[in-house]
Amino acid sequence: MSATIDLKKTTTRDLNSRLQNESAAPAGGTWQIANVRGHHSVAVGIDRPLTIEIDGNTGYFCAGMNHGAEITVKGSVGQGVAETMSAGKVHVTGDASMAAGASGRGGLLVIDGNAAARCGISMKGIDIVVKGDVGHLSAFMAQTGRLVVLGDAGEALGDSIYEARLYVRGAVASLGADCVEKPMNDEHKEELAELLSAAGVTDVPVEAFRRYGSARKLYHFNIDNAGAY
Amino acid sequence: MSNAPRHDGWMRTTPRKSATFDDYAISEIRRAAATGIYDIRGGGAKRRLPNFDDLTFLGASMSRYPLEGYREKCSTNVTLGTRFAKKPIELDIPVTIAGMSFGSLSGQAKEALGRGATLAGTSTTTGDGGMTPEERGHSDKLVYQYLPSRYGMNLHDLRRADAIEIVVGQGAKPGGGGMLLGQKISARVARMRDLPEGIDQRSACRHPDWTGCDDLEIKIEELRELTNWEKPIYLKIGASRPYYDTALAVKSGADVIVIDGMQGGTAATQEVFIEHVGIPTLAAIRPAVQALQDLGMHRKVQLIVSGGIRNGADVAKCMALGADAVSIGTAALIALGDNDPALEADYQALGTTAGAYDDWHEGLDPAGITTQDPALSSRLDPIAAGRRLANYLKVLTLEAQTLARACGKSALHNLEPEDLSALTIEAAAMAQVPLAGTRWIPGAI
Ligand SMILES: Cc1cc2nc3c(=O)[nH]c(=O)nc-3n(C[C@H](O)[C@H](O)[C@H](O)COP(=O)(O)O)c2cc1C
Repeated sequence: MSATIDLKKTTTRDLNSRLQNESAAPAGGTWQIANVRGHHSVAVGIDRPLTIEIDGNTGYFCAGMNHGAEITVKGSVGQGVAETMSAGKVHVTGDASMAAGASGRGGLLVIDGNAAARCGISMKGIDIVVKGDVGHLSAFMAQTGRLVVLGDAGEALGDSIYEARLYVRGAVASLGADCVEKPMNDEHKEELAELLSAAGVTDVPVEAFRRYGSARKLYHFNIDNAGAY
Repeated sequence: MSNAPRHDGWMRTTPRKSATFDDYAISEIRRAAATGIYDIRGGGAKRRLPNFDDLTFLGASMSRYPLEGYREKCSTNVTLGTRFAKKPIELDIPVTIAGMSFGSLSGQAKEALGRGATLAGTSTTTGDGGMTPEERGHSDKLVYQYLPSRYGMNLHDLRRADAIEIVVGQGAKPGGGGMLLGQKISARVARMRDLPEGIDQRSACRHPDWTGCDDLEIKIEELRELTNWEKPIYLKIGASRPYYDTALAVKSGADVIVIDGMQGGTAATQEVFIEHVGIPTLAAIRPAVQALQDLGMHRKVQLIVSGGIRNGADVAKCMALGADAVSIGTAALIALGDNDPALEADYQALGTTAGAYDDWHEGLDPAGITTQDPALSSRLDPIAAGRRLANYLKVLTLEAQTLARACGKSALHNLEPEDLSALTIEAAAMAQVPLAGTRWIPGAI
C-alpha cells in the first residue's frame, strides 16, 4: 500500500486517523505527506512499521509517541519532535526546535541539522543523533538512552542526568549539575560506532568524541551536595 | 517587711511555653540541626486552615420545600468530559479517586482502590509511576495521568485509559515535582520509571515538551490526535491562582479541570512545601467557578475539587459552591486501612501513633499501603480493603444526598451557594456566602 496525503486537501485529523487505523494503513505501507505547512501533531501515535515521508516543515510534536513507523521529515520540525517515541525511526533533514526526542523511550531520532534547547530532555531509552549543534539544557534529567552530537553542545549539558550516555564531538559550553566527562572505553567506542552508522554517518571517527554521563552524586539526598543545585 | 505570702507559688510564674516557639517548632529546629536536611513526609497540610466545617447548610424552611429523606429521588450521577471528548465518562457518584502513584502505593493498594471505585460506580486514577495491570484490571474507569516526569508513559496505556489527566500541579506542592525515596524504588518501580534501583528520585516539576498555555493547547490537541478524540482530557492544577488558572485551562482546551487545594495529600514532599504553598480548598472553588461562568463554560467544562475532603458534608459543600465532582486521596487510604488504631503497636515502634503516621516515603507502612516491601504490602487484602472503600464512598454519597434533600434538591448538582451560610468571617469571604445571621459577604473576588 502506498499513497499520498495532501494536507492542502485534508486535515491533520483525517491524516492521523488514516495512518493510525490498521485496515486503512496496514504494516509495510509507504506514505507521502505533502503540503504540511507547519501543521502540528503530524503522523503521531503510529504503532506499526509504516514508511512515511513528510514533505516540508512541521509544527509541534511531529511523530509524537511513534511506536514503529519510519518517518522522514524533509524539512525542519517544531517543538517536541518524536516526543515519547518508543520504537521506530524519525529522521529530520533540517533543524529541530526545542525538546527534540523529549522523554523518548526507544527508537532512533536523527537530526541532520541543529537541535535547539532541551534536546533529549527526560530521555528514557531513545537514541538521538544530532549532526549539528544542540542547545542549552540538552539531556536535562536524561534517564537512559544515548545522545550523540556531532557539533557543539550549549550550556548545562546533561544537568541532573541519570544513566543516559552522551557523546559530543564539538565544544561543550558547560556541563550541568552532576554531569561529568567520562573515559571512552572500547565498549563506548563500539556503541558510538553503531549509533553513527545507524544514523548514516560514515566519515567521522569515534575518537573525535568525548563521553559525558552522571557523577551519580545526586542520587541520594545529601547535605553536602546542596551547593550543586 | 513585706506583707506578701512567702511560699513559692507567689514568688515564681508558671513555666510558659512560647506560642511562637511551640513544641513542634522547637523539635523541628533540633531535627534540622541534627540532620542538615529538610523534613520530608506524606499527607497534606496539618495545621488548621479555613475549611468546609466553617460552612453550614441552611436547609428548607418557610420558603423552601424539603424532599422526603428515604423516598424522593436525589440523583448523584455526573458526566465528565462533555466538551470535546467523543466518549465522556459517566459516573454514578460525584466522588472520584485521585491520582496516587504505584511506587508511592503498593500494588495491592492500587488494586483495592480500583475494586472499591468500581463497586461504587466511580473512577480511579493512575499517578506518577505509570499504569499497572493491577489497577487497569480492577478499575472499570481509569484516568491516566500525564505528568512532567512521564514515567512509564506509553501509547498502549494511553489508548486503554478512559481519560487523560495532565498534571500541572498538586495542592500539596503547587510548583513542585514528585519525590520517591530510595527505600521505595524496588526493581519493579525502577523498571517502570526507567531509573536505577534504590536512588532518591525527584520527578520533574515542569513538563519536558511544553511551557505555558499556548504550548499546552497544542499538547492537548496532540493527545486528542493520539487517542482519536475519544478521551476526556483533564487538567489538574494546585490551588494558587484558581481564577486565572481555570481561565487558561479553558483556553487550552481542557474538558475537565481539577483544582487541588493546599490540604491535598502527597506521597512525599518537603514539610515546608506542604504547609506553606497554595491556598485552602475552600478558597479555591469560587474563583474557579467564577472563571468558568465568566467564560460561559460552567457545567460545560466540568470542575473537580480535591484536598481535604472527608465526609458527605464536604462533598455537598463543594458541589453547592459550584463543583461538578470531588476527588479523594487521603480519605480513600484511610478507608483502605491507613493509620488504623489496631496497628498502634507498629506505629509506636516507628516512633509515631495511629492518626499521625505520615512517613510514607520510608516505605515501612504497617498497613501495607504506602510501601513496596512485599512482606508489608501482603498485609493488605485488596478485596476486603476495596469493599471498605466502596462502603465509605456509599456513605459519602448518602450523606451528601441527605443534605441535598434537606435543601429541597432532587440532584446533588442542584445545590447552590444560596443553600450555605458561613460560620466565620474568613469562610464567608473565601466561599463568598453570607456570614450566618447576616447578609454580609466580606470582600469580592
Ligand atoms: C500517597 C499519595 C500519592 C499521590 N500521588 C500523586 C500523583 O502521583 N500524582 C498526582 O497528581 N497527585 C498525587 N497525589 C495527590 C492526590 O492526587 C490528590 O490531589 C490529593 O490526595 C487530594 O487531597 P486529599 O488527600 O486530602 O484527598 C497523591 C496523594 C497521596 C496521598
